[in-house]
Amino acid sequence: MPAEGVSHVVIEAPPIEPSQLHAPGGVRVEHVDRTFTGRTGTVHALADVSLRAETGEIVTVVGPSGCGKSTLLELICGLQRPDAGTVRSAPAALMPQRDLLLPWLTALDNAALALRARGIKRDEARAAAAPWLERFGLHGFEQARPAELSGGMRQRVSFLRSLLAGKPVLALDEPFAALDAITRAEMQGWLARVLASEPRTVVLVTHDVEEAVLLGDRVLVMSGRPGRIVGEVPVAAARPRRRTDAEIVGLRERVLRALGVSR
Amino acid sequence: MRRALSLWRAVVVLAALLGAWELYVDLGGATALILPPPHAVAQSLYDDRALLWSSFLVTAREVVLGILVASAVALALAAVMHFFASLRRAFYPLMVASQTIPIPVLAPVLILWWGFGIGPKLVVVALVSFFPIVVTTLAGFSAVDDELIKLMRTFDATRRRVFWMIELPAALPSVFTGAKIAVVVAVIGAVFAEQAGANAGLGYLFEQSIPQLLTARAYAAVVVMSVFAIALFALLTLAERLTVPWAYRPIGDLAG
Repeated sequence: MPAEGVSHVVIEAPPIEPSQLHAPGGVRVEHVDRTFTGRTGTVHALADVSLRAETGEIVTVVGPSGCGKSTLLELICGLQRPDAGTVRSAPAALMPQRDLLLPWLTALDNAALALRARGIKRDEARAAAAPWLERFGLHGFEQARPAELSGGMRQRVSFLRSLLAGKPVLALDEPFAALDAITRAEMQGWLARVLASEPRTVVLVTHDVEEAVLLGDRVLVMSGRPGRIVGEVPVAAARPRRRTDAEIVGLRERVLRALGVSR
Repeated sequence: MRRALSLWRAVVVLAALLGAWELYVDLGGATALILPPPHAVAQSLYDDRALLWSSFLVTAREVVLGILVASAVALALAAVMHFFASLRRAFYPLMVASQTIPIPVLAPVLILWWGFGIGPKLVVVALVSFFPIVVTTLAGFSAVDDELIKLMRTFDATRRRVFWMIELPAALPSVFTGAKIAVVVAVIGAVFAEQAGANAGLGYLFEQSIPQLLTARAYAAVVVMSVFAIALFALLTLAERLTVPWAYRPIGDLAG
């Protein structure tokens, strides 16, 4: 159910086949303003924020904690409406920061949750999700409960769950923020490889500058409270990228400067 | 098994209490007719086993049926109140009010109205036991992570699917918590209902035994009630372990 003011393309027959998962669709956020009024006062979350992501483009948004990054993603997903400005996006699936896997379901059933949410039968959903678990290095863990999985595995199941929603746009909310540094580095490489073989329009928000530069085609730099876009850094570096590449290191410095971090 | 064995501390305390009680009566603290010593209660448990058993069956039926009614009503009520905030505001205060009416006041009124059959007993048992289930279930529904609901919305899940796939399973551990409180108060409710007017059951047996100076038998009836309530509690704990193992934490079972 799309919120008013947000145009959504309706996918009639939900695609299941991996080859059909890819559908065209971009994101247009134009001059958006968002203010929250709560008991503790008014928070100006977003001020005149614009963002474009073309079909198949990976846009990373980097900014300090509490700069309205999550609000931006919820606007794209149609979970919120802007106070001013327009948001137009192809249907987007969210991948939350915490994995939010259901503890009573197996890894397989968690991965198939988006399919079940659309009313696809249990067996059919499992059959569709199973080959993906194998592709994502989770073979043998199909029947494991989330509590038995490592942090990296949980995050992979969570990503798969959002991927199988079959939406052309993925909104990733600090997907690896909760992981330890080593697992995070592994997962960043993993996500880059997955997106190379399964292109999607991606809006990924993070407070990790290196992650933004490593994964994005374009990095948008956001300031805190109210959140506004203060810079844009295109990343033309070829893939696969290494964090030690001179180009990546240089871009990281550029983003840090845009964030106002000088050394 | 290890947890069952860890009950030994409780057994030691119980044995010490029973010993003190026996000694107190022995030393003339009270006559055996007023306060029957534990061995007399044990004797009655054996001698009156047929009578106790048939009384137990009557009370057990009231309690089990009453809890089933209460659970069904409580789950339906909690779901409705969860879906419709306006109904919650309308019913929640009344529900709390229903719990403030003392059962010893309510039970005779119901007996007067519906007679000595099982009907009024079921109402009393259900009335005392539905409340904890509703309150904990409702809390379980609203404790579901808001982010999870948002996630499901981006997956195009309908409100109904969110309920069946997320909210209901997530609330199951809370349902068990409520049910565990409910079974204990249900037995108390049944006894009150029987004392208000009945011709069978453990509460009736207790009520009849006191004026006949069969105090040991009265105490034996109380022992059977307690053991029954404990057994129901243990049974629910077991069911909880089997149905929601992902949420099971060994706190709040018999072994503490």
